[in-house]
Amino acid sequence: MGISAFDALIAADQKIEQKDWMPDGYRASLIRQIAQHAHSEIMGMQPEAAWISRAPSLARKAVLIAKVQDEAGHGLYLYAVAETLGARREDLLDALHEGRQKYLSFINYPTLTWADVGALAWLTDGAAVVNQVSLCRTSFGPYARALVRICREESFHHRQGFDLLHTLSRGTPEQRQSLQEAVDRWWQPALAMFGPPDSKSTHSAASMAWRIKRASNDELRQRFVDLCVPQAKALGVRLPDPALRWNAERGHHDFTPPDYDELMRVVAGHGPRNRQRLAHRRRAHEEGAWVREAAAAHAAKHAAAPGTAAQHASAQEDAAEWPLWEVFVRPRRGVSHVHAGSLQAPDATVAMHSARDLYTRREEGVSLWVVPSRSMAASDPEHKDAYFEPAAGKPYRHASFYPPPEGVEGL
Amino acid sequence: MTSLFDYLLGLGDDALVAAQRTAEWCARAPQLEEEVALANVALDQLGQARAFLGYAGELEGAGRDEDALAFLRDEAGFRNAQLVELPNGDFGTTVAKTLFLAAYQKLLFSRLARTAEPRLAGIAAKAAKESAFHVSYASAWTIRLGDGTPLSHRRMRDAVEEVWPYTHELFEPWTAPEAGLDPATLREPWLRVVEKVLGEATLSRPQDGWAATGGRHGRHTEWLGPLLAEMQSVHRAHAGARW
Repeated sequence: MGISAFDALIAADQKIEQKDWMPDGYRASLIRQIAQHAHSEIMGMQPEAAWISRAPSLARKAVLIAKVQDEAGHGLYLYAVAETLGARREDLLDALHEGRQKYLSFINYPTLTWADVGALAWLTDGAAVVNQVSLCRTSFGPYARALVRICREESFHHRQGFDLLHTLSRGTPEQRQSLQEAVDRWWQPALAMFGPPDSKSTHSAASMAWRIKRASNDELRQRFVDLCVPQAKALGVRLPDPALRWNAERGHHDFTPPDYDELMRVVAGHGPRNRQRLAHRRRAHEEGAWVREAAAAHAAKHAAAPGTAAQHASAQEDAAEWPLWEVFVRPRRGVSHVHAGSLQAPDATVAMHSARDLYTRREEGVSLWVVPSRSMAASDPEHKDAYFEPAAGKPYRHASFYPPPEGVEGL
Repeated sequence: MTSLFDYLLGLGDDALVAAQRTAEWCARAPQLEEEVALANVALDQLGQARAFLGYAGELEGAGRDEDALAFLRDEAGFRNAQLVELPNGDFGTTVAKTLFLAAYQKLLFSRLARTAEPRLAGIAAKAAKESAFHVSYASAWTIRLGDGTPLSHRRMRDAVEEVWPYTHELFEPWTAPEAGLDPATLREPWLRVVEKVLGEATLSRPQDGWAATGGRHGRHTEWLGPLLAEMQSVHRAHAGARW
């Protein structure tokens, strides 16, 4: 397979899969975008995790823990997709920690009140849903499948944020005021999530041609604004933009675009919380090193099965790095295990625990298999024709090849 | 002997304070996979707390729901064992706390699931399954840290030593007529579970010495006050508001 086969697949709106040939630029664009997406998921845990301890009801506390947990899970799905492109999670995390790769700028703003928890979810998760629903049609198969799962799970994030705000909107004067102030704070960062305008976006054209992206920044931003206006009305809040009004001619709302200079400053590291967010993330990673090393060392001592950290370590410089495992879930009794995704674990026991937590937390399964990724053998896409084409043209293997004579039954 | 109301508060407060501590790990776990795992533990604990406290409130019949009980009681009103108040410390300390608590809860809930009090039995039956997974999770980590690197062995040993004195309180006489269960009878099976895990982790069981006590009667460590002050701050700042 080469560029012509690749182009033909893209043109036919088919998916590119893990082992297919792909242009270097396509691979690099995907890794950049998926890494930024994964980083945004795990960095985005912080502004909300800060409010778990103070959530004003036990029900809201549970919802918030589940939401922040999902963000870790979504980060994991996405790092696993990057692995299929040959990008190791450790390298991507290093790039995040050293500031070489970015994450969404809204994360660098503070969550000052409980209402911010709701506004952040309503607006930034709302923006993320608009963006990701469009991305579910992305041309890279593993990314598209991860996004379908993420979108399904994330619709609850958006919905619960609105629900939280709706409760505040019917509450005390102080609650209503905090609601308006939080929306005032989060409107601009949410608009900026769609990135620079199409005219200034450096990566957009190639990504659109490769069908990595399926809609432009400005299209998605418009879609988001049009969705928000009636929702804001239901909340009884004013969206902080004096220029916001319905334009009957365009069939869309006119609005003031976000301040791109500010967006660029924040992306470059000069927002209100950049320093603290990154330092927090680095500290968690560094403080966890002894745990990761211990588990790898334990696996090395007790190495018996293939795929344990010990065998893996021989091929890796970093002995604390955990190998990759593939997870298969039986959704219910009577059906086969189906591939769900992958994760990192030092050994089979931890892999099984993590698989249970990561891939069955919404009642998706009744049985699990975990297999070291390096023990899996896959057919080579280069052999696709030799392997699978010859099966065509042998209709005599199918019962339909033998029409029974009229009146004969039971065949 | 205590009332069923007080007993439910104790079970609920163990779970609530444990959940509050476990959730402190959100966005700071040692590995992304552990973020998901620890959040699951916290959600189980929080779910148990809501079930026990919700039932306690109904039983009391004074109009207090789970939130009134969680957010509007002061330290002295809490009936949890002191074990769950201990700060998280490093991951090893959290693992030790989780192992000791979950092993106790699994035994306790399994017994309570067979009591004649149907509502208590129902909550306990569900909670026993959750605690069984927590035991499995915390055991795996105790073993990996204890039998990992020299550094992790030292940290896990220190963690077990630090938490051990707070385990005795779990087995002190404290029960309700409807539960009909002497906690002292849980100590032997608890020790069998814990000693097996410690053995596999190449750790020895600490000496029994000073033992924490008083939590079930509202006497707590100095760590509970700040935990509650933080947990209750927003709720209390808006008296009567709905969330």
